[in-house]
Amino acid sequence: MALDRETTEQVAHLARLRLEPEQAADAAEDLSRVLDLIDQIEQVDTADVEPLAHPLDIAQPLRADEVTNEPDRERLQQSAPDVVEGYYRVPRSVE
Amino acid sequence: MVRDLSLSRIRQGLRDKEFSSREITQAYLDRIEQLDPKLNSFTQAFRDSALAAADAADRRLAAGDARPLEGVPIAHKDILATTEGRTTCASRMLEHYRSPFDATVVARMAEAGAVVVGKTNMDELAMGSSNETSYFGPVTNPWGDNAVPGGSSGGSAAAVAARLASGATGTDTGGSIRQPAALCGITGLKPTYGRCSRYGLVAFASSLDQPGPMAQSAEDCAHMLGAMAGHDERDSTSVDRPVDDYVSGLEADLAGKVIGVPAEFFTEGLAPDVEKAVKAALDQYRELGAEIREIHLPHYPFAIPTYQVISAAEASSNLARFDGVRYTHRTADPENLIDMYESTRAEGFGAEVQRRVMVGTFVLSAGYFDAYYLKAQKVRTRIRDDFAQAFEEVDLIAGPTSPTAAFDIGEKSADPIAMYLSDLYTTAANLAGVPGISFPCGFADNGRPVGMHLMADFFREDLLLGAAHRYQQATDWHTRIPESV
Repeated sequence: MALDRETTEQVAHLARLRLEPEQAADAAEDLSRVLDLIDQIEQVDTADVEPLAHPLDIAQPLRADEVTNEPDRERLQQSAPDVVEGYYRVPRSVE
Repeated sequence: MVRDLSLSRIRQGLRDKEFSSREITQAYLDRIEQLDPKLNSFTQAFRDSALAAADAADRRLAAGDARPLEGVPIAHKDILATTEGRTTCASRMLEHYRSPFDATVVARMAEAGAVVVGKTNMDELAMGSSNETSYFGPVTNPWGDNAVPGGSSGGSAAAVAARLASGATGTDTGGSIRQPAALCGITGLKPTYGRCSRYGLVAFASSLDQPGPMAQSAEDCAHMLGAMAGHDERDSTSVDRPVDDYVSGLEADLAGKVIGVPAEFFTEGLAPDVEKAVKAALDQYRELGAEIREIHLPHYPFAIPTYQVISAAEASSNLARFDGVRYTHRTADPENLIDMYESTRAEGFGAEVQRRVMVGTFVLSAGYFDAYYLKAQKVRTRIRDDFAQAFEEVDLIAGPTSPTAAFDIGEKSADPIAMYLSDLYTTAANLAGVPGISFPCGFADNGRPVGMHLMADFFREDLLLGAAHRYQQATDWHTRIPESV
């Protein structure tokens, strides 16, 4: 299927990707080509077929609810771009 | 000195005190320094830590306390988390990222005594089939000045082919171990989904990703896989099942084994020179006592579109964590929170990653979920059922690994659909969860290697390695070294 420019801009926003207005038409065309490829799956008869989420039919394993690691905030935050007193700092989002 | 040695040969030579791990490790580090500026197969070399690990291995070897890979120099794909160095996934987003922990396969290989000489370049976040999407620039295939090494584990494949490491880890979501192994003339195995832990493998598509070994031969891969495989409590999708002794399984007898060759593989799109080499390999298998039988995998032609839907959907979800808050890159001076997310991700991700995140977001969005994602999951069931049926009558399924030998850098990078078709033969194994191996079986008309692909039923890595090993005992394609190195 072909994606129009408006839908493409909406998808980019949902994906939190900045799409400049002058890029939108090219992006729409680009995504439409990929969708043309994946539209082929419509040809497969899947009546009464269960969807497959994971290849192996195994039960979800359970484990005891025990603490197995110690929190190490400093080490876990060592690659974060902006940390203040153990907190992540981001632009103000609530006025 | 290491140019003519395999991982298995080095492993034995260390045990026999023919040479030390320090000598071998130093030789690889020297080769990396000398040859990698041209190949670009590493994102980083670990000179100091590698030599320290080699010295520790030499002490163990001297004390007669050698572990399975003691002192053997290998490399890790830069998508596996390591506390040493950075874990970049060849993405600007993670250019400076340092992992606070080691991936389980990294930890296990360290516990087996392996020495890590560095981390290998790759397609950004494992999305690509030519290594051209790396933020650190493309990798060159040592078999051709302008040839791609394949992808996404192209750095690992080129490094092994150029003898810059005796083996390397790769990860395979739709062919990312097997396709570059084929294009670089080495051996690479994608294990059964769940055989190796994914803990510490930066996730691309969680229901498809699987780490595995890449080396010169099946014997080398058997040594590596034995150290990598096994249940891990930290990955609930890893399977709690004993690990086979892959090395002793190498001597498997092929007499009476049935190799199925799907008619769907030999259609338009397959290069004649690749077809010729693969058919000659099938003749070799006949001589080794196997029966070759034509079979059908009717839904195989739908593997690529199904894979594109499922892998993009899972990627769009997995990559949501790269938001400019927790991992290294953040845009400068964002106007507000939304702008921070959007600009960070537009700057941090390359074009192919953004394309897949967009496709994944679309197929999961309201109104399209059933038509695309749910439909693809149902086709995935069909593809898995085709394999289940085939493995009732055959032991192995054989064909080409990739439809062509290595193409030129730039040849397909402007056409994503043509690039996706490089994985024509490999994605179905990921969708079904079954293991697959690629190994060299000849050369294309342009002098670049051709790979043979074998697939087997769940957890039959032993059979894949044994079948490849028997072939490699009868042929010498896997011993060829590119003249450029």
